[in-house]
Amino acid sequence: MKKKTTMTVLDSRMLAQDIWSLELAYAPEDIPQEVLPGQFAGLYPAGGDLLLMRPISICRWDSRRGALRFVYRAGGKGTRSFTGLKAGDTIDMLGILGNGYDLAKLRGKHVVLLGGGIGVPPMLELAAALQESADAGTTVTAVMGYRNNELFLKEEMEAFAQVLVATEDGSAGTKGNVLDAVRENEIRADVLCACGPLPMLRAVKRHAQENNIPAFLSLEERMACGVGVCLGCVAKTTKADEHSKVHNARVCVEGPVFPAEDVDLD
Amino acid sequence: MNTSDSLHTISLQKPDMSVTIAGVTFKNPVLTASGTFGSGLEYSEFIDLSRLGGLVTKGVSNVPWPGNPTPRVAEVSAGMLNAIGLQNPGMEVFIERDLAFLKDVDTKVIVNVCGKSVEDYLDVVRWLQNEAVDMLEINVSCPNVKEGAIAFGQNPDALYDITSRIKKEAAQPVIMKLTPNVTDITQMARAAEAGGADAISLINTITGAKIDIERRQFVLANKTGGLSGPAIKPVAVRMVWQAAQAVSIPVIGMGGIATAEDAIEFMMAGASAVAVGAMNFHDPYTTVRVAEGMEQWCASHGVDRVASLTGIV
Repeated sequence: MKKKTTMTVLDSRMLAQDIWSLELAYAPEDIPQEVLPGQFAGLYPAGGDLLLMRPISICRWDSRRGALRFVYRAGGKGTRSFTGLKAGDTIDMLGILGNGYDLAKLRGKHVVLLGGGIGVPPMLELAAALQESADAGTTVTAVMGYRNNELFLKEEMEAFAQVLVATEDGSAGTKGNVLDAVRENEIRADVLCACGPLPMLRAVKRHAQENNIPAFLSLEERMACGVGVCLGCVAKTTKADEHSKVHNARVCVEGPVFPAEDVDLD
Repeated sequence: MNTSDSLHTISLQKPDMSVTIAGVTFKNPVLTASGTFGSGLEYSEFIDLSRLGGLVTKGVSNVPWPGNPTPRVAEVSAGMLNAIGLQNPGMEVFIERDLAFLKDVDTKVIVNVCGKSVEDYLDVVRWLQNEAVDMLEINVSCPNVKEGAIAFGQNPDALYDITSRIKKEAAQPVIMKLTPNVTDITQMARAAEAGGADAISLINTITGAKIDIERRQFVLANKTGGLSGPAIKPVAVRMVWQAAQAVSIPVIGMGGIATAEDAIEFMMAGASAVAVGAMNFHDPYTTVRVAEGMEQWCASHGVDRVASLTGIV
């Protein structure tokens, strides 16, 4: 069940340059279903002339505290408007959207999470979910790529995973990208889960193919409806998609998480 | 004379919200605009589809269409640009899946038909002859595909020709959906009427573009796209009014409707029914809110038949 609901802000603060954390209070009736890591919600800029929701991935879902947390980049007009929110304010949310990661395919394995830039936040919820549900065999390594030494969410990630860092400017961890850190530290994954910019996802797909391991990629695309109606946010698929009957899958419904071999990123 | 009309009672009686177009009676004047509602399945999680006057499906062609590359959508002030390119799974899947779903929905079903050639359109129209469909809406107005579609809607002779050929094959009443991207909308409205159209609907989106000045390139992969949303409403109201003046067949009005007041404005301009489009994306409950709001407006303004508002300005 998806809904458009008015949510109350618990906390809003800046974590790094243009990177903001927004925590919303939710009641079980707002979100009747279990939230899966990799899923997202649509947050609406208030008032004004912006009509469309902003798809933001879920960074933490804390059912005990009744808190749903998003970490987003304040890049455009819409997301910048969220930075003015204060505790007690309200915001409209469409959710919960998308498929999320299939944890059953990750359990009992050495899961390597690759988060690049604003692709880091959904990896936190994934690491937490894997730890909470972990049987003896599951181990998690998180490799997080940043522009510089503003290592947002790193400390929180350390509670759930072994953490490695890559920075573009070399100011922390491996100089380079997440795959440079994987190679430098000779990380051997059973399965990769990645979220980040398109060039990174292409490289992750190649790395997975070369090492013959499965990879799950979380894609980003411009969206309008968020629920599979408008067909704005399609990803090119390698096989004809079951719903569309053409080589396009809806990122908002069939995704945002896809097996790497199912999507054509070129 | 009907006695209830003559009494002018601002009554406790509920206003009659039904409207009739080409012999098809809708429980209220609120439809969905093609391409903004799929075939209803997704939004049935949010609203009770039986509250809709009618459901207009996304455009369907004889074979699957892949649509345009992404980015396909961009936001602009009080609206959006789209260049989806009529991606659809084709007629066969549409009948098996979408029409099967709609069979159990208590609302009128209008199938939007698209094609690259007249023969393509006719193919779809024939497929639908024996299906449970109340009306056809012919898309001769999509600005985002390279062949067909808008080419038929920008030339009165071509529009007359395709309309008359579809009318010969169609088992259901035919609505021609017109593009605003023309010099004189009345000429197109008349061509559709002369071709035998049972109704016209307008406006489809207005061609626009958005440039990312940092990247120095168009935001949409297609460069141009169709503008929709509240930004286009005044243009739509003007064109609905002009078209309604020009023809005697019913007009279905759309373009940026967000509220019941907007819908009533369209009715006064000459629309017999209205459709909600881009605002479904802003708020999936818009259609139902508009339908309920229209009823309340009629009740509070002593209007006992919503159909009486059509063309009163």
